[in-house]
Amino acid sequence: MLEHYGPQLINLFAAVLLLLAFAMLAQRRMLSLINLFAAQGFVLFLTTSLVGAVTGQHHLYWSALLTLALKVLLLPWILHRLIRRLKVKWDVETLINIPTTMLVGIVLVVLAFNLALPISALAGTVTRSTLGIALASVLLSFLMMITRSKAIPQVIGFLAMENGLFFAATGAVYGMPMVVELGVALDVLVGALILGIFIFEIRERFDSLDTRHLEKLKEH
Amino acid sequence: MVEMIVLLGSPLLGAVVLALYGHRERAGDINAAFSGLTFFAAAALTTRVIEHGPLRVLQQQLFVDSLNVFLVTLTAFVAMTTALFSRPYMRIERDHGRVSAAGLRLYHSMYQLFSFTMLLVLTTNNLGIMWVAMEAATLTTVLLVALYRTHASLEAAWKYFILCGVGIAQALFGTILMYFAAEKVLGPGVNSLLWTHLDAVKGSLEPTVMSIAFVFLLVGYGTKVGLVPLHNWLPDAHAEGPTPVSAVLSGLLLNVALYALIRCKVITDGSLLQMGSKPFASLLMMGFGLLSVVVAAFFLSRQRDIKRMFAYSSIEHMGLVTFAFGMGGPVASFAGLLHMTVHSLTKSAIFFAVGHAAQKTGTQLMENIRGLIRVSPTVGWGLMLGTVAILGMPPFGVFASEFLILTQAIALHPWAAPILLGALGVAFAAIFGKVQPMVFGDTTARRLPHPPALVPVFAHLAIVLLLGLYMPPYLADWYRQAARLIG
Repeated sequence: MLEHYGPQLINLFAAVLLLLAFAMLAQRRMLSLINLFAAQGFVLFLTTSLVGAVTGQHHLYWSALLTLALKVLLLPWILHRLIRRLKVKWDVETLINIPTTMLVGIVLVVLAFNLALPISALAGTVTRSTLGIALASVLLSFLMMITRSKAIPQVIGFLAMENGLFFAATGAVYGMPMVVELGVALDVLVGALILGIFIFEIRERFDSLDTRHLEKLKEH
Repeated sequence: MVEMIVLLGSPLLGAVVLALYGHRERAGDINAAFSGLTFFAAAALTTRVIEHGPLRVLQQQLFVDSLNVFLVTLTAFVAMTTALFSRPYMRIERDHGRVSAAGLRLYHSMYQLFSFTMLLVLTTNNLGIMWVAMEAATLTTVLLVALYRTHASLEAAWKYFILCGVGIAQALFGTILMYFAAEKVLGPGVNSLLWTHLDAVKGSLEPTVMSIAFVFLLVGYGTKVGLVPLHNWLPDAHAEGPTPVSAVLSGLLLNVALYALIRCKVITDGSLLQMGSKPFASLLMMGFGLLSVVVAAFFLSRQRDIKRMFAYSSIEHMGLVTFAFGMGGPVASFAGLLHMTVHSLTKSAIFFAVGHAAQKTGTQLMENIRGLIRVSPTVGWGLMLGTVAILGMPPFGVFASEFLILTQAIALHPWAAPILLGALGVAFAAIFGKVQPMVFGDTTARRLPHPPALVPVFAHLAIVLLLGLYMPPYLADWYRQAARLIG
């Protein structure tokens, strides 16, 4: 049962992950963006546990739990608190050119699949076809960071990029060694906390969260 | 074993102690004492490696060989002298009201934590942990760059965080791919990421995967090295942070990031050469190195802020070293290692002198700094000698390493030699033309509330001079061994 449907389900979840990455790229509302990020974390948690169950790699359960605690509960909670305290919960960001961004995104996905092709061909894992999707979601989060001008969406892009990397590790090699994964999780958590403090500082100094104010340092 | 524990334990303990101790008067002394202890451990470790050869401890998770031992010593040494320099420097900054009490607590604690992360990058055998420590080094320095809480420093820190965060994420993907290739040969588990294990089997790693992995690693760690076109964060972070932080960023962090890149390059090219392909990693490093040298040289003349100018000079020199390692071979790798050492010492000495010069004149704008030599001959001479040294004038050590790199370029890649020479000439004209009136001429400087710390400046310059005139045989031997390791 699991052997038969497992790999297909994993592919389905991978597709959902990619879809969520596109949704984040186009989402203007701060609150929905955080919810999308949490949803992405949840799909990641499901995929990781499923891969663990299908392959019998039990250490993946620990990674899945780590994902659940960090990316579905803790980080979204911090972000929710942050936007509540900054009173930007209902903020709508004006995004220009969503269709163009989407088209660039599609080009990135094609690029990612092409790049992942020779690697997937060598992989012996049941999840090998997901490597392209993982790389695509990394690049899409990257695109999101470039196109956004507000500080919080940039942070979410940064965190979503880490989601993509985590998925790549699960797909290609059934997860990195546990000690490395713990280290990465610690870095992400500390990074998110520091960025949170920073956002407050930026608001205090500039009376705005728009990083377009942060363009004074340039070559003259 | 004991030395290793002290080496990594001392800065970690120092971070905790200084976080608890706070901003009281003696915090600077405690900071210097912990850095001194770290250096002592590094020196003991070095003697041990020289006598007994490479060392692996903690089930091979930590290791020291001829390549990283010299960087460990250098890092611990410059971290110690910078701690000595920052003692009066940060007091003056506090008296000038630029940094708060809470800021000083953060500064001292993060300084120690930053030393710890750098030493961990250098001594870990595990490429995954190396990435984790590298990211942690970014996080600690982001807080240090933003210490003054001004508009410009917040902007610089944000830019630094976002750009390096994105960059280093690419390096994580590269590390995952490397693990993917290693797992095929070594099997799953934490040992497949150990550098020594990878080095032993590099011939049988899948070359396609390794070259894709290296591209990601180059983008990731290259961002931290400050290679053009990934260098945008570097001048801002150097110019807006406190000067001791600029000194360690430029003198140490760039070296450490380059070290990570070298480790990955050795394995990638090992796998490619075995299959009879071109040394792809070396070629990429040569290209990026050359581009960095040229672009940075032309940006130098456009700078008005003194710390920004020397930040661009760091990009230029790191480019030169990357180019040297890209060329490879015993002589070029030897020259690259030597250049890493002398650049690190000279550049941190320059930043020390620049820091006091900026405090005396109250500005970092070069057109407002004039006639340093009248008020403070030591600061003036420190800056002048440091500049002459970094520009590659004999008899300083930078001349020796640049000369070796150039002669190797002429021998191996003649087309690159005129480009390098031209860029070095442009850099010379730009920097010397700007520093000369700052040191000589009429003065604008004032007196400082605490005597400046200039011993580190002259100590560094004396070592650089010594390395230019006479290299102790054991040091040369050690560089040679390390160069053989790089290939």
